[in-house]
Amino acid sequence: MSRTMLERTGSRAPRGANDSRVVSPGPSRLRRAEKWAALVLLLPALLGFVVFYLYPTVRGVWYSMTDFNLLNDPTFLGMANFEELAADPQVWDSLRITAVFAVVNIAIVMVLALGLAAFMQRLNLRNWVRSLLLLPWLVPNVAIALIWGWLLDANVGYLSQLLKSVGISGVSFYNGDAALGIIIVISVWSGLGYTALLLYAGMLQVPNELYEAAALDGASETRMFFRVTLPLIRPVLALVLVVSLIGSFQVFDLVQVGYGNNPIPEVRVIYYYIYQQAFSFYNMGYASAIAILLVVILGALTVVQMRLMRANRSDLS
Amino acid sequence: MTTATAGIRKSVRFRPGRTAAWIIIAIAVIATVFPFYWMVRTALTPTADLVPQASQLWPSSPTLINFQRVLGLASIEESVAAGGTGASIDFIRYTINSVIYAGSIAVIQTLSCAAAAYAFARLRFPGRNVLFGVILAGLMIPGIFTLLPNFALMRELDLLNTMLGLVAPALLMSPFTIFFLRQFFLSLPRDVEEAAMLDGVGSLGRFWRIALPLSRGPIATMMLITLVGMWKDYLWPLVAGNSELTRVLTVALGVFQQQSPNTAPDWTGLMAGATLSVLPVLLILVFLGKQLIQSLNFSGGK
Repeated sequence: MSRTMLERTGSRAPRGANDSRVVSPGPSRLRRAEKWAALVLLLPALLGFVVFYLYPTVRGVWYSMTDFNLLNDPTFLGMANFEELAADPQVWDSLRITAVFAVVNIAIVMVLALGLAAFMQRLNLRNWVRSLLLLPWLVPNVAIALIWGWLLDANVGYLSQLLKSVGISGVSFYNGDAALGIIIVISVWSGLGYTALLLYAGMLQVPNELYEAAALDGASETRMFFRVTLPLIRPVLALVLVVSLIGSFQVFDLVQVGYGNNPIPEVRVIYYYIYQQAFSFYNMGYASAIAILLVVILGALTVVQMRLMRANRSDLS
Repeated sequence: MTTATAGIRKSVRFRPGRTAAWIIIAIAVIATVFPFYWMVRTALTPTADLVPQASQLWPSSPTLINFQRVLGLASIEESVAAGGTGASIDFIRYTINSVIYAGSIAVIQTLSCAAAAYAFARLRFPGRNVLFGVILAGLMIPGIFTLLPNFALMRELDLLNTMLGLVAPALLMSPFTIFFLRQFFLSLPRDVEEAAMLDGVGSLGRFWRIALPLSRGPIATMMLITLVGMWKDYLWPLVAGNSELTRVLTVALGVFQQQSPNTAPDWTGLMAGATLSVLPVLLILVFLGKQLIQSLNFSGGK
């Protein structure tokens, strides 16, 4: 994604040439006016960027090297926070849990969403059917956590009763063996429709002649899916994968609300651990250090993924 | 859309696979909608009937009392009688807070980003590409990394638990919106703007009078997406605005659940609250579902 963006940024030469052709009365005066106009247009967004993105980024890096509990002034510690986190089993444990969540969640969502999208492509569904599938994506995760908490209520939850009646028990938020699985199921449920619709939109871009040609060659539909559809929607697939990965590593609301701010260790994801360090124990410095670790991990994963998927090249062109 | 699928449809129309596809889509739709149905059904159930009618698809004597008590419209005695804790909960206020929070950010952020996007797409100024690259890098940073210092900043400015402090970090800036709208401005034909330029219309005038009206569609789409995103937002309002006066709906639901006893949660009240948070989204889906789907088609098709 990022490479395509940067390449587009670079494509300004012809436009620049155009502009100077149009500018007739005193180009330097107009050029200056243009700079001022740019400044005026950029000012609000730039203000927001500097105060709430750039400045906190610098501050976050500084905090990560300090002991800071909000009440004292940050005291410089050097790399101590990073040494501490390297030796903190809870950091690695929550990273492992988050990674398992992300991989399993994304794998299931992708497979199901690809299938669903392929079916949508065949059936040419009406808009309202598709928008129904979008519903969970539009709803706050807090509400989703509550709804599923109720469906799986150990005593009278509709779903847990249903499961019990077919002989499955133990599907409860507080069963350590099932907890992460439950969070994954809820997350799959809430992300499936959205992902399927994104992939479906990608499939609409595949020219129909390719399918006709494949059909003439006697290819089965399964074969068409794997040989035509899948390779040609690779850019969308890559984009969805990267976005899902970044999103999955930030899972928080489901866990925090699902467990009433008291999750069992089996579901303590990295975001929750950072939140806990910062806002329960007021270790802002240590929390910032873990957050930096997360930034690095996500950055590395994104780069690797983009490389592997060769996302900026489409076979369509 | 029709052209892309027409050929496939022709070739598969009479195959049994088509029936199977319908069944699978039907299962997906039912699985998607049922939890929401169950939420509404529970919200309409008197607390006393909750356990005896646990697997009944529709309550025998549906009631609105759960909505009344979470909206603060029922007296304390009525609430306690209906299974509440009697603690004051005022979802009307939280809903208004959510509307202010999501609405103001959606409108102001999108316009502020549209102006910046236009400058990046059409105007020449020193450092343009470097600046754009830096802003795009902001897309990669997980929210919690800037959330911690932003929290400290709001605390220093004494803006915690104020509406201003709550909206400030997202009010003016979103890297994604700038990226999205810049792409759109780049795709607009330049000739109208060039003609206006020859007539002596300055850069600001061209943005305000030409580019902005021409991009009403994408700007509305961005506002809609931001509105939904901010409506769902939880972590920042939780840490920066969890006072009675600034609490938004999502945070209120979380607090409500944490106040509710763990052994016997107030499920009917919780489901009534959850329904209130889903209702506006449902309205958006009914009235703007087509636009939402199209905006997805746009971002997925790019």
